[in-house]
Amino acid sequence: MDQYTLNLLIVGASFALYVGIAIWARAGSTAEFYAANRGVNPVMNGMATAADWMSAASFISMAGLIAGVGYGNSTYLMGWTGGYVLLALLLAPYLRKFGKYTVPQFIGDRFYSQTARLVAVVCLIIISVTYVIGQMTGAGVAFSRFLEVEVSTGLWIAAAVVFVYAVLGGMKGITYTQVAQYLVLIIAYSIPAIFISLNLTGNPLPWLGLFSTHTESSMPLLQKLDQVVTDLGFTAYTAQGDMLNMFLFTLSLMIGTAGLPHVIIRFFTVPKVADARWSAGWALIFIALLYLTAPAVGAMARLNIIDTIFPSGPQEQAVLYDERPDWMRTWETTGLLKFEDKNGDGRIQYYNDKAAGFAETAAQRGWQGNELDINNDILVLANPEIAQLPGWVIGLIAAGGLAAALSTAAGLLLAISSAISHDLIKDYLKPDISEKGELMAARIAMAGAILVATLLGLNPPGFAAQTVALAFGLAAASIFPVLMMGIFSKRINSLGATAGMLVGLISTCVYLFTYLGWFFVPGTNTLENIPANHLFGIAPASFGPIGALLNFATAYIVSMVTQAPPQHVQDLVESIRVPRGAGSATHH
Amino acid sequence: MSDKSSSNAYWAANIRIITICLIIWAIVSYGFGILLRPLLSGIPVGGTDLGFWFAQQGSIIVFIALIFYYATYMNRLDREHGVDEQ
Repeated sequence: MDQYTLNLLIVGASFALYVGIAIWARAGSTAEFYAANRGVNPVMNGMATAADWMSAASFISMAGLIAGVGYGNSTYLMGWTGGYVLLALLLAPYLRKFGKYTVPQFIGDRFYSQTARLVAVVCLIIISVTYVIGQMTGAGVAFSRFLEVEVSTGLWIAAAVVFVYAVLGGMKGITYTQVAQYLVLIIAYSIPAIFISLNLTGNPLPWLGLFSTHTESSMPLLQKLDQVVTDLGFTAYTAQGDMLNMFLFTLSLMIGTAGLPHVIIRFFTVPKVADARWSAGWALIFIALLYLTAPAVGAMARLNIIDTIFPSGPQEQAVLYDERPDWMRTWETTGLLKFEDKNGDGRIQYYNDKAAGFAETAAQRGWQGNELDINNDILVLANPEIAQLPGWVIGLIAAGGLAAALSTAAGLLLAISSAISHDLIKDYLKPDISEKGELMAARIAMAGAILVATLLGLNPPGFAAQTVALAFGLAAASIFPVLMMGIFSKRINSLGATAGMLVGLISTCVYLFTYLGWFFVPGTNTLENIPANHLFGIAPASFGPIGALLNFATAYIVSMVTQAPPQHVQDLVESIRVPRGAGSATHH
Repeated sequence: MSDKSSSNAYWAANIRIITICLIIWAIVSYGFGILLRPLLSGIPVGGTDLGFWFAQQGSIIVFIALIFYYATYMNRLDREHGVDEQ
């Protein structure tokens, strides 16, 4: 059987599983549609949250980013896990006690204001739609690569699959399909990592393999890696990074995590307040299974790639282009891996031609520029091929990458549809809508969101990483501060919260658009995106915490000079602070 | 719901444990993983230094421990103050 048929079979089988579960778990009432009737236990909920959380960015992209830079990109590892501590300690138990379905509902009730609620709906839709565009684009690329179709065709296939299980199944369908997706993606990620770790270090656990001895050279793996990359003019893998931006970027990802509506909504679905705390812990354990493996995948893949290109070590001759391995040929057809024989010797010289200190060595060796361009995003997908693992592992990693992208897209779509049908239509525009009508509105909203995301995904507004950074920065700057203040302060009033959200949202948008283009249209940026232009050296992706700080400060000052919230709101805050009395969800 | 003073004591105890947990959260990630890494460079861990380990693995393990510690602590605190779910 050829690789194409095998990919098709494995990806097809995994999809049949998800769709089967969605149909089996078809939602009946609105309560089931939104929150699975709060019958999901913490371990299952943790697993589903993990699948929801780990998108194409975590699965496909992150290890490649770490491989390319080394220590400096540890920010992704800390940033995308540390937010769960904030969720468990500062938000999840209180929002579960509050006992409603959506984030804007909490903001509307706590700040006793339809305006605050509408601003929250706007923030939620902007955050979720930008995020889902990235996921649909990622899923489309993965489909097109493994099914060997056009990118646009891959995108429409992705849209159809998401539509079937998200629209028909609602939350319950999503919860159980996401448990299945988690299992597929974690198995797909771990198997190649285990084989590669065994090959390089003899240790079957990649987490430990990273800090073990490299069998071939009898040196610690990371020292060996530092040595080979510096031999080629790259910065050492374990070298120090830019502290200010590492600090702010990590903080942006952490606060952003705790402010993402599709993650927060997960904690509305557990039976008890105590379970909301446990759920965050379980989610992080399941996430950590991938995140502890990712740095090993990155480091080992970097070593394997250099070893492939310089079979006798970086001091010796590079491999002949005609003798390159098959995986390079495969990926060359996608355009994500490129070779250009600049010095005409028929060999692939891969080194850092931007390092001034290395130019002399390169000249002595007769090199006239780096000849190999590898896109970081292919690293995880190509990993089994680089390590020469069997064909079914290659098919499995395709299924895993798609599971990661699709499950996140589905969770985001649920957050968008409930904000529109519940917060906008049911509670604002048309309060007398029937339960059946509301369910229909939720499904139409979901289908509409899929359509918009797919159409925008055909011509994405920028690189996926920029789009995702905007979603995190916006969540950090708009949603997280008001949720936290709503619980921990009785003094913050409607005017303060509304002003805070607007200041956080607008300041972050303006900072990002200034450097990355207005509404992400290329070429419309006011200033060139280079460190010299950045305010106090803060990169656009790191701006989230500054927006959050402005949000906090505005809300505090405005609240202090205006009237305190009414007594019933202060009583509400008192009541969400204690677990007792948390019944099942109240509809209104 | 229990009386006002017990409820205030419960909330004060909660704020205290949250503060302690968040200090540890910040020290392992922003501290050991980023800002204090140069100070820890003398402590070797598997071919590199302790700061690198905290940035790539250590902080994640501490995050998990913190959440489970907090959940256990709060379950006990809920019962002691009579505010647990029956």
